[in-house]
Amino acid sequence: MNIYIFEFKMYARSLWLWALALFALQIIFMAFYPAMAKDAAMIDLILEHYPKELLQAFGMGESVSLATVLGYYTFVFAFVQLCLAVQGAYYGFHFLSLEERELTADFLFSKPVTRTKILVSKYVAALTALVITHGAVIGSTFVAIALFRDGKSYELDKLFVLLASVPVFQLFFFSIGMLVTVLTTKIRNVLSYAMALAFGLHILNALRGIVGGRLLGIASPFYHFEPANIIETGGWAADRVWISVLVILCSTLISYKLYLKRNIHAL
Amino acid sequence: MNVLEINQLTKFYGNARGIENVSFSVKEGEIFGFIGPNGAGKSTTIRTLLGLIYPTSGSAKIFGKDCIKYGSEVRKEIGYLPSEVFYYDKMKVIDVLKYAASFFDKDCTKRIDELSEMMELNLNRRVEDLSYGNKKKVGIVQGLLHSPKLIMLDEPTSGLDPLMQQKFFSLIEQENKNGATIFFSSHILSEVQQLCNRVAIIKAGSIVKVEDIKTLREDNYKKVTVRGEKVSAALFTMEGISELLEEPATVRFFYKGDINVIVQAISSIGIGDLLVENPTLEEIFMHYYK
Repeated sequence: MNIYIFEFKMYARSLWLWALALFALQIIFMAFYPAMAKDAAMIDLILEHYPKELLQAFGMGESVSLATVLGYYTFVFAFVQLCLAVQGAYYGFHFLSLEERELTADFLFSKPVTRTKILVSKYVAALTALVITHGAVIGSTFVAIALFRDGKSYELDKLFVLLASVPVFQLFFFSIGMLVTVLTTKIRNVLSYAMALAFGLHILNALRGIVGGRLLGIASPFYHFEPANIIETGGWAADRVWISVLVILCSTLISYKLYLKRNIHAL
Repeated sequence: MNVLEINQLTKFYGNARGIENVSFSVKEGEIFGFIGPNGAGKSTTIRTLLGLIYPTSGSAKIFGKDCIKYGSEVRKEIGYLPSEVFYYDKMKVIDVLKYAASFFDKDCTKRIDELSEMMELNLNRRVEDLSYGNKKKVGIVQGLLHSPKLIMLDEPTSGLDPLMQQKFFSLIEQENKNGATIFFSSHILSEVQQLCNRVAIIKAGSIVKVEDIKTLREDNYKKVTVRGEKVSAALFTMEGISELLEEPATVRFFYKGDINVIVQAISSIGIGDLLVENPTLEEIFMHYYK
């Protein structure tokens, strides 16, 4: 329990600030909705004249209208997703590499504690932080929509299906980060790795939007959990989501096996 | 009883040698020195014993239990002080020590207070504000706060001023009197000489010799200096002489063997002055590294 508490305290220091930022992001974006809804017809007309590839690159290619609450929210959620991806990846690259980056490995690993216990405690602490983030996203979504929906109604169940995708989506980035950590000798700059992974896969999905087809989307959870698709169909695209689930399971298993046998080097 | 038993321990980092077929044992209650130059494999050995790295082959037992299989169990009774100390920078010293203590099923508060008072350590400062020497003190306190039965020190005195070093040594001696076994790695021979009962000498990944520190100093070699007008190197050709050095009217050498033989040889020459000394550990050490 001591490692879990220690680790969680470290997350807690920055977590509230991050939750606040996500809240502000949603509020600010949703604040434009009433104006947008008023001139809905015109906005849709403008968008129609944009090149289709450009809209697809921004995840607006599906047939959702920016004039509806959920249609507009998918556009907001795309930005939220990007932030969540960075966070998930950051935690993934961070949580096992911390001791070796800060050179405190000798301290922790020479204590009477098994590798499994270290890994599980750290993993659960990071997961707790992600669950709290998820809660904050759900809360701020409802507040933002309630404040700015402009009296318009929306389908609550579809919104829930969309928000429920957050944990799996973040776990994908988290697991990849973890896997890369145990495959390399030392992660020096966590943030740049996290940004590269999150933006890289985002761009990959944007390219898929432009090029068309599914191939480029296979590796990107931005495709597996495309907000517009979820809102439009009211469910997750099972044929894409299983890729995410498989990647999470495999990365976690491999990371665990490798971590148990990892050599903790001196400086 | 052996507290530590190392058997053919080998570690390769890819193709690079760490240690090769290292075997020796440390008895309960000993202060055991582990000496060798940088890169000889001292830290590799210690890190393998602690389960920080995994051996390529061979095994080691601590308190009679395999140090990898029962790693977390044997580490309950091990206190470790690494050569370079790093702690969570943003934390206060007391919080680091409390975190360290939380890994053991006993109340270490009293011991923390005693040790930090002895080492003159300020508990309320942040780790990042500490000098290297003070971080080292944190290391000493966190390594000893659970009153371990086996204390592993990896070049522990770097960064401590002479006064603190002396305090640290007396602390270690005290722990030893209270029943702790000490495993002490160093490349500074004088401190090994001061503290240890036995030493293992490691060179290029392999153990060269395990010996009583007394035997190492007294029984083997004599350092002989002979002065006189008629003295020349050509007179000293008998077996057991090494490192023969000739200067004007002076000959120096190391001698190993029956002391009577060399005394007779010298008495037949007619010399001006004679000096027979025990070599310093440094000199013995250099001998092993030739």
